[in-house]
Amino acid sequence: MRPYNTMRFEFPALSVNEAFARTAVAAFLMQLDPTVEELSDVKTAVSEAVTNCIVHAYPEQAGLVYISAGLCRDGRVIIRVRDKGCGIPDVEKAMEPLYTTGDADVRSGLGFSVMQSLMERVRVRSKAGGPTTVTLERRIAGKGERSDGI
Amino acid sequence: MLVPKKGMIALPYRILAETEDVLSIGLFGEIDHHTAAPMREGIDAEALRRLPRLLILDFAGVTFMDSSGIGLVMGRCRLLETFGGRVELENVPAPLKKVMRLAGLERLVRISQRRETHETV
Repeated sequence: MRPYNTMRFEFPALSVNEAFARTAVAAFLMQLDPTVEELSDVKTAVSEAVTNCIVHAYPEQAGLVYISAGLCRDGRVIIRVRDKGCGIPDVEKAMEPLYTTGDADVRSGLGFSVMQSLMERVRVRSKAGGPTTVTLERRIAGKGERSDGI
Repeated sequence: MLVPKKGMIALPYRILAETEDVLSIGLFGEIDHHTAAPMREGIDAEALRRLPRLLILDFAGVTFMDSSGIGLVMGRCRLLETFGGRVELENVPAPLKKVMRLAGLERLVRISQRRETHETV
């Protein structure tokens, strides 16, 4: 299904941009009149995906993070978080709860688990040395009783 | 006791109460990978100075949290354990409690939800 409305933006993979990224996505979703919980869930999932790019994708020099979002007529929101960084050699392993290659005293290893719990669908496309795309998808019912999501 | 401000930016934590055994620290703002670092350093400095039996982290002033907050709490639990203390969380807003619950944090620390209910968006 083709989205009827889309947006995209990019920014350097700096931790100071994490709040900007999730807030920008949340602002785009406001047209769906989301509930507080729906908005909080999406912001949290986006924050996890963006943090992954910032912590892992560019070990040498901070590259760019690319975010796009689309709204579908059936009420689904599709959000893509991409980087052109070092890639994930073993996606299955990376998605295991509590697994982290970061400092285990600081990083909980729960990023993908949180994304999977808060979104209906999470897809990861990556390979070692190549770009990574995380696609987050879920339905936003909104506060009203509409059924078409518009 | 008020913690002095660093430049123009208010610190993301403040000591709310302290007795010989209990240290209560309030956290403020959004907890993500970027903001967790200064919070972590501040909490650890205060905790190591006082070595409380109980460290209460008050989340009433926290408006957003991702899994960086889970890491923050788990790390403080480990730190307190090193000198026989423990951590409790107070006034946790519902959306944050959801993230904590799905991370299984309730098995590690006592979590009390925020009493007053007001919308924060």
